[in-house]
Amino acid sequence: MTSLSPVSPDPATPAVTPPESAPVRDRPLSRRNLAKTVAGGYVPLLIATLVVFLPLLWMVLSSFKQAGEIVTTDLKIFPEGLNLENYRTAMTTVPFGQFFLNSTIVTVAGATIKVILAVLTAYALVFVRFPFRNFIFLLILVALMVPPQVSILPNFILIAGMGGKNTLWGIILPGLGTAFGTFLLRQHFRTLPGSILESAEMDGAGHWRRLWQIVVPVSVPSIATVALVTIVTEWNDYIWPLIITDRPETMTLPVGLTLLQNSESNAAGWGVLMAGAVLVIVPILIVFAALQRYIVAGLTQGSVTG
Amino acid sequence: MALPNLVLIAVFTYRPLFSNIYYSTLDWTLGSPTATVVGLGNYVTFFSSNDAPKVLGTTAVFTVVTVGGSMLLGLLVALALNAKVRGTTFARSAVFAPYVLSGVGVGLVWLFIFDPGYGVLAWLLRGLGQQSPQWINDPQLSLVMVILVYVWKNLGYCAVVYLAGLQSLPQEVMEAASLDGANGFRRFISISLPLLSPTTFFLLITTLLSSLQAFDLIRIMTPLGTGTSTLIYEAYLQAFGAYNRAGYSAAISVVLFAILLVITVLQLRFVERKVHYS
Repeated sequence: MTSLSPVSPDPATPAVTPPESAPVRDRPLSRRNLAKTVAGGYVPLLIATLVVFLPLLWMVLSSFKQAGEIVTTDLKIFPEGLNLENYRTAMTTVPFGQFFLNSTIVTVAGATIKVILAVLTAYALVFVRFPFRNFIFLLILVALMVPPQVSILPNFILIAGMGGKNTLWGIILPGLGTAFGTFLLRQHFRTLPGSILESAEMDGAGHWRRLWQIVVPVSVPSIATVALVTIVTEWNDYIWPLIITDRPETMTLPVGLTLLQNSESNAAGWGVLMAGAVLVIVPILIVFAALQRYIVAGLTQGSVTG
Repeated sequence: MALPNLVLIAVFTYRPLFSNIYYSTLDWTLGSPTATVVGLGNYVTFFSSNDAPKVLGTTAVFTVVTVGGSMLLGLLVALALNAKVRGTTFARSAVFAPYVLSGVGVGLVWLFIFDPGYGVLAWLLRGLGQQSPQWINDPQLSLVMVILVYVWKNLGYCAVVYLAGLQSLPQEVMEAASLDGANGFRRFISISLPLLSPTTFFLLITTLLSSLQAFDLIRIMTPLGTGTSTLIYEAYLQAFGAYNRAGYSAAISVVLFAILLVITVLQLRFVERKVHYS
């Protein structure tokens, strides 16, 4: 990683032309300038990108390898062919189709409800006057800081007592309260001009109509950001589904992958496990590749306070 | 309108904080109908046994190294991403990608890479005539392994936040400094770094909080928690691992929550004074 060192002036302050390179600027393709650009600009970028991609590439390549290609001292980088045996084994050893369905239901239902609750709460916090409004917002802010991990034991006892063990609603319910989405949308709603709502109020539109006909349509990008971040977190959620399910019928993908890990514990099972990892990782990778701008923005600004 | 959400937050976020405090006063096997009140007994057991130095030590090492590592490497990657060359947009997304991927999937992939028998790392080391370290069996190496993967997964987040900070630095100041003859390194140390301090402080808090909550990688890569049992993992193991010691687990959760609370309070006090968000 030493080539990422800030000693090179280019990555540190790109917008500024360093005095020593100013004359070179006249000939942008001079050999010296080119070498500097490659060493200072491209090499660090390439290394950073490879460090991320090589492990994932290794996962994909290994998922096509037969046991004999993995349990060997004569390791080849590429598989002998596009062998789908590992995927078949992964799907038959554990009910991957069921996990996939469960994960999809939990993600879609959980994310939909969370986004609706966030929109409603944020609207109320910004546009509806009610007592203790600021105090309630403070409670939501503080909830942002409380990690779900410290709540698992009490929530397990509560949900298990309600008969929610090994049920999809038991997986979804405790995570439905949303501090993150509420916070992000409140910040956005506050930037909306009050005039558009006032004229609607003059026309006799109630809160419900103002919300759905004015606030929501003009806030689509923010709502989409909250939705995407919520989808990613729901899909990857692990500790809670791990605790509340112990039967394959209701497991989500990450928990099912753990089950697969337990049953493929010898070295020959690595190919199968990589196939399983591909099935869990690739859907989110595709969503991320298509909509990365919103996801990156949501995850980095949303965390401004937590 | 806000009521359903508020009720959910109250029941599933706030109520557990108080339930944990209550449970922590019990000697209670999870699933058993009876429990004995032991007062502060669980805390006394935790702090007077080997558990406290072991778990708190592991938590401290894990937290300090992952926070320091992902912030430092994140800053270096941000500098690389800030270069005026083609492809930075793609590279920015690429380094951020691990942050959104399932910790379970990522943990398995790295566990395979680290496998001392058939992992690609062992193969590379063999090519250099070296034996693979016993990443799985040696508790200290297990901790190193989990830390490395955690940093890999999270440094992209730091990089993107630092990049946003770098791009909002006032250009006039940099230009003035460079006219005064300050070289790139000097400008970075004397101008960029101090101006980035709000970003650094923000990242310190957010990465600290998420590092104290790290669970997925630890669970997948070292299920028994040998050498890697941080507070959160020990609380999980005690209640849901082999022991079913609900009261003891709750006590550890309370200790963890107290630490998180101190960090949050410090943050809120500092944020108001020192850090400006636009």
